[in-house]
Amino acid sequence: MTSKETLIGMTTATGTGPPKDPHAATLATLARICGAGAFDTSQFRDNLRLFVPRERLLEVLGVLKGECGFAMLAELGGSDYLGYPGTTRVRFEVHYVLLNLETAERLVVKAGVDEPAPTLPTVVGLWPGANWMEREVYDMYGITFTGHPDLRRILMPEEFTAFPLRKDYPLRGRGERHNFPRLTRGES
Amino acid sequence: MAIGSTRETGVSTPRAPTSATLTARAPGTVEVPENTILTTLDSVVNWCRKYSLWPMPFATACCGIELMAVGASRFDIARFGAEVMRFSPRQCDLMIVAGRVAMKMMPVLQRIWLQMPEPKWCISMGACASTGGVFDTYAVVQGIDRFIPVDVYIPGCPPRPEQILRAIMEMQAKIQRGGSLAGTGLPEQAEREKMLVEKQTMPPGFALAGERGDEDRFGYRLPGGPGELGAGESM
Repeated sequence: MTSKETLIGMTTATGTGPPKDPHAATLATLARICGAGAFDTSQFRDNLRLFVPRERLLEVLGVLKGECGFAMLAELGGSDYLGYPGTTRVRFEVHYVLLNLETAERLVVKAGVDEPAPTLPTVVGLWPGANWMEREVYDMYGITFTGHPDLRRILMPEEFTAFPLRKDYPLRGRGERHNFPRLTRGES
Repeated sequence: MAIGSTRETGVSTPRAPTSATLTARAPGTVEVPENTILTTLDSVVNWCRKYSLWPMPFATACCGIELMAVGASRFDIARFGAEVMRFSPRQCDLMIVAGRVAMKMMPVLQRIWLQMPEPKWCISMGACASTGGVFDTYAVVQGIDRFIPVDVYIPGCPPRPEQILRAIMEMQAKIQRGGSLAGTGLPEQAEREKMLVEKQTMPPGFALAGERGDEDRFGYRLPGGPGELGAGESM
């Protein structure tokens, strides 16, 4: 866990004293309930990111919603780090951008998931708005969310078989865009 | 007033205006009374068709905005008799595909094309509808002419409204030129039917026509062709 001094927090209104960490209360609550080993943190500018092991993802997210007041799931997305320079983690990552509507605190929770058969628990039970976002991640990356009420493709056609945002999928596809019957003047 | 081809018309000034009877003066010449025009029925029908086009705007992208501009007063597609835009394919005879067509949309486009009554024509408007444009990805069809017949192509991204009017005029010239009540169809139809016969006699695994040879070069899978094409295109 990163110490508070290295976090680039917002300054207080008066400008005096050390910068106040906006995530201090959240991290303290999370560490008290889940234990310090439940997550790992990193920071980019004013974004705090928590890396959570796959097994404890639902527990940590539940605490963040129930105890820390993150009532809104602002975004849920995936990414594929295949061939990413310098990466040491597993291939896929799913991120959850949480928003506390009272304090305007934002938090990014990430969970790594690897091949084959990447699987994560669904968070539709916590935030119903995750329904379509998880369907999109499934559609584009093939990450299965267990417990999802309706895990179908949302953007690509039903009969599509590949997961097009995976890095090993060619940009031009594998011929799916050409597999249509050809209507000629004589036929139509 | 000249309608249609002058070959069959053969209008000549009557030399005897007082006579209302039609008399053969010499072998091969016909005396035509005043205010009478001889033409073919096909020519008249095509003349009626070409000045009463009912477009079906299949607008999926920014080309559709230019299409709306053509319908507005500044450019005024009504000057060419094609102002009756209908949003039901059953009431239209000219489909204007304006914008990119995603692979999820292609079956819809084909279904709408099949729902249009004959005679019908198709204009492929803009770079995306004609070739896929800059969207050379797995989801975008690389030219609608691969899957439905197209009569006139309009280049541009998006095309100017004048280009669309020009395409309407080309379309009118083509309608006047071809098609008949007897069902012989457009001159281009013979080519397409020839290709259709070739397709039926082609053994599976071979390309359709020479003009589609680029698909093999780029590793696309051809309809009915070998399925493993494109596997070499890794990144």
